[in-house]
Amino acid sequence: MTDNIQRRFTTLDNFGHSVNASSYHFKPIHVDEIKQIFLLAKKLGLSVTARGAGRSYNDASLNGGGISLNTTEMNRVIKWDADTGLITAEAGVTLEQIWKKAEPDGWWPPVVSGTMKTTLGGCLSTNIHGKNNFQMGPIGEHVVEFTAILPTSAEITCSPKKNADLFYAMISGIGMLGIFTSVTLQMKRIYSGLLAVDAHPVPNLSGQLSSLLEDAPRYDYIVGWMDTTAKGASLGRGQIHAARYLHENEDMNPNETMKLANQILPSTLFGVFPKAWLPYFMKPFVNNFGAWGVNTAKYIASLRTHSFRQPHGAFHFLLDYIPGWELSFGKGGLIQYQSFVPKETAQSAWREIIRLSQKRGLPSYLGVTKRHRPDKFLLTYAVDGFSLALDFKVTQSNRAKLSAMLQEFDKIIVQAGGRFYFAKNSETTSQTALNFYGQETVEKFKRLKKRCDPNHLLESDLYRRIFGV
Amino acid sequence: MTNTTLNPATPLNPRKHGIIVGAVGGIGSALSMKLAREGYTLALLGRNKKALQSLCAEINKSIGETRAKAYEHDVLKYDSIPALLRTITKDLGGLDLFVFAPGAIYFPKMDEFNFAEDSKMIQVNTISAIAWLSEVAPLFQSMKGGQIVGISSVAGDRGRVGNPGYNASKAAFTSYLESLRNRLTRHGVNVITVKPGFVKTKMIAHVQKTPFAVTPEKVADVISMAIRKRKQTVYVADIWQWVMLVIRHIPSFIFRRLSF
Ligand SMILES: Cc1cc2nc3c(=O)[nH]c(=O)nc-3n(C[C@H](O)[C@H](O)[C@H](O)COP(=O)(O)OP(=O)(O)OC[C@H]3O[C@@H](n4cnc5c(N)ncnc54)[C@H](O)[C@@H]3O)c2cc1C
Ligand SMILES: NC(=O)c1ccc[n+]([C@@H]2O[C@H](COP(=O)([O-])OP(=O)(O)OC[C@H]3O[C@@H](n4cnc5c(N)ncnc54)[C@H](OP(=O)(O)O)[C@@H]3O)[C@@H](O)[C@H]2O)c1
Repeated sequence: MTDNIQRRFTTLDNFGHSVNASSYHFKPIHVDEIKQIFLLAKKLGLSVTARGAGRSYNDASLNGGGISLNTTEMNRVIKWDADTGLITAEAGVTLEQIWKKAEPDGWWPPVVSGTMKTTLGGCLSTNIHGKNNFQMGPIGEHVVEFTAILPTSAEITCSPKKNADLFYAMISGIGMLGIFTSVTLQMKRIYSGLLAVDAHPVPNLSGQLSSLLEDAPRYDYIVGWMDTTAKGASLGRGQIHAARYLHENEDMNPNETMKLANQILPSTLFGVFPKAWLPYFMKPFVNNFGAWGVNTAKYIASLRTHSFRQPHGAFHFLLDYIPGWELSFGKGGLIQYQSFVPKETAQSAWREIIRLSQKRGLPSYLGVTKRHRPDKFLLTYAVDGFSLALDFKVTQSNRAKLSAMLQEFDKIIVQAGGRFYFAKNSETTSQTALNFYGQETVEKFKRLKKRCDPNHLLESDLYRRIFGV
Repeated sequence: MTNTTLNPATPLNPRKHGIIVGAVGGIGSALSMKLAREGYTLALLGRNKKALQSLCAEINKSIGETRAKAYEHDVLKYDSIPALLRTITKDLGGLDLFVFAPGAIYFPKMDEFNFAEDSKMIQVNTISAIAWLSEVAPLFQSMKGGQIVGISSVAGDRGRVGNPGYNASKAAFTSYLESLRNRLTRHGVNVITVKPGFVKTKMIAHVQKTPFAVTPEKVADVISMAIRKRKQTVYVADIWQWVMLVIRHIPSFIFRRLSF
């Protein structure tokens, strides 16, 4: 494996194509190869970072100058039990593989991200949340068991009962304690291929947040869209989509609605226009003026309160059906800034950061809000409150300005008792991370790291940045 | 080598990463300072540990953060190169630029043939460059990016009476860089051959006549421009391009009779 290791040197980037790093790329197909990679890393003095589908928005799966351990070839579903809804799969298996396996049998993943291209390993490491986080918690709460390889080559099995400390630290542990090899997940029973969705507009930030707060208990999912270009009294206006599962017998024909063919969106819009072209047509709108126009038009279109039924796949993964939409942000790509803030302070903190972004001439082009509750994972980002995810376009000339602004955001968010999610965040420094995690958590994590990884073999660009090594 | 850790960058403010072999030389040190000021994070290599460390200290002080790190290295230790390259690439967090600057020179008398000195020049100026580039080239090729800068010389453009060994070492280096360029351009890698004339460094301290001599800072400016514009061959000073054009076209029957 050492021979010609230079020939493996590859530049990888983040989902938004705005950050990249070069590393020696390995794609193991078997667990034993992971052990060999650790041995090699130790011998050569290199660090290792696992990489799933590379869907994080930041440097989480990048490891400049080190080894990138790509798990996507380890992608077999090992066991699916349609009676119990338990699925066991290798860590490189994607949410797409999982839901397509389970949905026709009447089961849906308990927690999904806004893209189905993510791998189980990636989902556990960042401990993803869905639009149902206020109710179902992060994906980790539905993991029955996982197996992993530690950098010492030890193979371990963890569950909430067995090796519980590692269970709660490896899930959320940004891939820094070990490599997940297989995951057993409890799926959720569904009685229809459709969700009942209600949509209504909200006139401002306070309306947006109170709707998330008050409507959430009556639904299974809730998500807000925010027109981040609106100012003054309309700041924070947008639209809420809330959805619930259909009960047994509510869908007269569940066998039909649960058919895979009825979950998947067609590959052309209106039957003629190939969706792959869409990013090119979107490009002219992805600038300050265009974003204002699109957001305003979208808000006007959302003013109608309406209800409809929508397939699970379409409700969750709309973005996946516009292949390469991130390319519409142009050459510099995009980043996302997602903050999690307690319900008491969210309004004032977000008002401040949205105003700041508008004042700086660096408005976000897309804002998404969700409702959350705390969880017990070690590096948790959750709060009893809300999250706001803001997409920013990156250009060669705005990088420094954007970075400085996001670091100002960080101060405002930490001041408000907020937290960050390390699948998204990109400019946070180790000092800020220490501030919101607290000394105790950081030390506990580092102690576990020392135990699992005495030779510091697992390190990513993200880890070096936020844990200051 | 030293315990300095480089200051971390954030994803939106990444730094370019460069290696400068022969960093404490006249041209090497001017170039190190120049590139660090332009935002590079640098690994500086040379034999003289003390000189390296004080150069790093000077650079880091002038910039106000750790941008340069020292690595003691004798280019004749070919076997140490693969591991050193990996260590540096890890420490820097990547590699965008590789500069090879070391040079040895011996000035023989007109009728002197000195194999020991010639062989040393060829080892330092050519073989060690090839040793480094044999590791760097596949890395950049696989990465589909990066730039290589080789400091050759106008002396490689024509074999003259004065210094067969040095001429040969630089001619071979120039030729090697050209081959590399032809191999690597298709993989997105740029190769720059720098051909200085006279540069006011210790290398030519006792040379009497040095027409068109420039400062090492001037050479550093030209190299930095060449990197930004992804040039292929640059002469410093500019005039050497025309002088060498003429010299390259002097017919052999005349050239054989000349005394330079
Ligand atoms: C369009 C879009 C929408 C999104 N929506 C959401 C959302 O709604 N909710 C949400 O929570 N997130 C969301 N995300 C973020 C995404 O879910 C996370 O970044 C997820 O971690 C990506 O998984 P991946 O397989 O691509 O992992 P990567 O990005 O490749 O890696 C992420 C992290 O996991 C680690 N890792 C990967 N595999 C393993 C393994 N086998 N063992 C140990 N560590 C491993 C990596 O080292 C890295 O630290 C979204 C992303 C996109 C692009
Ligand atoms: N000066 C000129 O007029 C001129 C003209 C054309 C081309 N050049 C070329 O420009 C380059 C830089 O030269 P310079 O003018 O800056 O001269 P310089 O100041 O003498 O620098 C030469 C450098 O090469 C290093 N070196 C020599 N042998 C080495 C070895 N075995 N291992 C590691 N390093 C070694 C020297 O290191 P030590 O300090 O350890 O000896 C020194 O740093 C050379 O390639 C030279 O051929 C110079």
